[in-house]
Amino acid sequence: MAQFDRVDESGLSGGAKLLAWLARFVVAVIIPVIAFAVIYAGFIFLRDSDAPSWFITIVAIVWGVGGVAMLYWVFNGIVERLPDQWSQRLQPFVFVGPAIAILVWYLALPVVRTFWLSLFGRDGPPADTNIFQALQSDTFVGIANYAAIFTERLLQESFRNNLMWIIFGSTLSVVFGLVVAWLADRSKFERVSKSLIFLPMAISFVGASVIWNFMYEVAPADQPQIGVLNAIVVAFGGAPHPWDKWVAIAPWNNLFLIIIVVWLQTGFAMVLFSGALKSISEEILEAARVDGANEVQVFLRIMIPSILGTIITVWTTIVIFTLKIFDVVWVMTGGQFGTHVIATQFYRQSFTARNSGFGSAIAIVLLITVIPVLIYNLRQFRQQEAF
Amino acid sequence: MKGRNWTGVWLINGTLLLLVIIWSIPTLGLFVSSFRDRFEIQTSGWWTVFPHKEWETVAVLDPKELGLDATGVMAVEGVQGTFEEMREGIASPDGDTRITWVGNRRLGRIEIQQQSWTVNWDFTLDNYKQVLMGTELVITKADGSEEVIPGQDMSQAFLNSLAVAIPSTIIPILIAAFAAYGFAWMKFPGRRMLFILIVGLLVVPLQIALVPILSDYKALGLNGTFLAIWLAHTGFGLALATYLLFNYISTLPRETLESAFIDGASHFTVFTRLILPLSVPALASFAIFQFLWVWNDYLIALVFLGADPNNKVVTQRLADMTGTFGNDWHLLTAGAFVTMLLPLIVFFALQRYFVRGLLAGSVKG
Repeated sequence: MAQFDRVDESGLSGGAKLLAWLARFVVAVIIPVIAFAVIYAGFIFLRDSDAPSWFITIVAIVWGVGGVAMLYWVFNGIVERLPDQWSQRLQPFVFVGPAIAILVWYLALPVVRTFWLSLFGRDGPPADTNIFQALQSDTFVGIANYAAIFTERLLQESFRNNLMWIIFGSTLSVVFGLVVAWLADRSKFERVSKSLIFLPMAISFVGASVIWNFMYEVAPADQPQIGVLNAIVVAFGGAPHPWDKWVAIAPWNNLFLIIIVVWLQTGFAMVLFSGALKSISEEILEAARVDGANEVQVFLRIMIPSILGTIITVWTTIVIFTLKIFDVVWVMTGGQFGTHVIATQFYRQSFTARNSGFGSAIAIVLLITVIPVLIYNLRQFRQQEAF
Repeated sequence: MKGRNWTGVWLINGTLLLLVIIWSIPTLGLFVSSFRDRFEIQTSGWWTVFPHKEWETVAVLDPKELGLDATGVMAVEGVQGTFEEMREGIASPDGDTRITWVGNRRLGRIEIQQQSWTVNWDFTLDNYKQVLMGTELVITKADGSEEVIPGQDMSQAFLNSLAVAIPSTIIPILIAAFAAYGFAWMKFPGRRMLFILIVGLLVVPLQIALVPILSDYKALGLNGTFLAIWLAHTGFGLALATYLLFNYISTLPRETLESAFIDGASHFTVFTRLILPLSVPALASFAIFQFLWVWNDYLIALVFLGADPNNKVVTQRLADMTGTFGNDWHLLTAGAFVTMLLPLIVFFALQRYFVRGLLAGSVKG
């Protein structure tokens, strides 16, 4: 691919190089900015009109999508009409620039900005001050927010809960995923059973929360139970309980929330494991069976070790996922009954309590916990010779 | 040997069936309940739509006419018991009938009940009407009293979800496809560094961006608009989209492209006429993932769409409903099913792309 557009800049003077970079930067930034401005103007117009809502919706969709597509076309046209040399220099940035500019605005810069906010009190740095004035202001608290994260009782509780989420959520999903993949592989009903186990992946966390709230629904002991779990418990002579909202068994009531995510994520684990199991060579398995190993031994001694790589990948993915769990807890319990997790605390501090400093510090902690994965990803990428 | 094989097959299929049933019960319960009458939902489990045995009153007796003394042990229809025992219900020795005292000690009556097979099939579409339309609906308050409130108008929320999800799917794919092509087939200074940036941003949790972006939106007057949430989903989905599409586009056969360039095609032409059509499988997989992600998203809508009831998406509306009428299961079950409808259609219609898309997108930050 390298031959197509070799740009030889060795012959350029310093001034021309600077000019080239300036032009690239302008191209990269100006497309999103103009796209934004055009769509924005259209939006203000739409917002103030009183057409029926479905009509506004359709116009908005066409406007938004079409606007972005048009801009690429227009800018590419402009760049292609430039002298060849400039066209070659700038065209890659018509293609790549908008993506980079948006990513920098939405993810890269916020890392720095959130860290900066996390060093200040609840209202952030005072307005209209430069860095040095901000650092000397009353609201600058240094690492006090971070100290609070590790000492406040509610936050410690959320760390404990998140740890439970990570341990139980990932382990149970992996175990159930493995079991289902293994069973389905030797059943005639593989397709339909895998479909049904995978189906919850289509359901939103809010929807799943309603589903499981209904499963855990509790009625007074003298009335018929309409929740499945309590109906079963009562049928066996037990007493009905509000499972996930049952403070008396805290922190174990968290398990009833974790089950929801296991229910959602097992399908994901199953599909990956199923593919991995099918790729184990049949000869090895046959050889083991001939040597007298039973199915369980084959599963534990041969299958598990051969798909260990997949197991670790799935495990990591679900760990990252449960680390950021928010919707389920927020809708099911709102963090009450001792079920807060890091992400719900982040939301509560940032948007309910409006303590942006503290909330930002929690977000930074969340980022730090995924850094090992980030580094792993980068190392994997650097090993790819192709790039 | 053959016998052992059969037990094995039964064991495997039996366990699998058990797991599938356990996995399906929650969704099935929601689905069935959403069609049940609201009083039925509150008073009997949804599983009573399946054939089951239920006590049915076949005769009513007046204790006074029988001359029974409610303070002592009474004998009726061949069974004996005190008032307290009778209130619980006493089964006859053969187990077929049951004597139950209904009401208080002085004015009650005795019912003779027999068990018979029944199904509770009192299905209705009212729940969906109430949830979808703007018509009035009745909710039960915690103290048992009832209140009539305006309908939930989830059809508006459904439209809003479409208005959010469609551009939030297409825009990032469009931008990412351009970028992926640029990275794969163009040479420019800084290419490697910029791609490393994208790989690094893959797992960055989006929580990190919410507060700064919200303050930018406030400054721009964008809060609560669809544009705000489109851009947010674009920003948060772009790293993954670019990475996945790059992986696909960079493996397309180079001979095809080379011959196109020799024929004098420009990058733009090659991209729109050649690369995009060839990339349809990858584009479709990612589109399904992104669409479901946006459709099912709650956090980003909560932060950026805010409190304007006219703009709320289905997940927000459903979450609001769980807060407002936590026990009105006729509304919640129907509402939840409305939110699930589109994802489930996608699931059943495009299962292969669906699975591939979700697997590819599972690392999203």
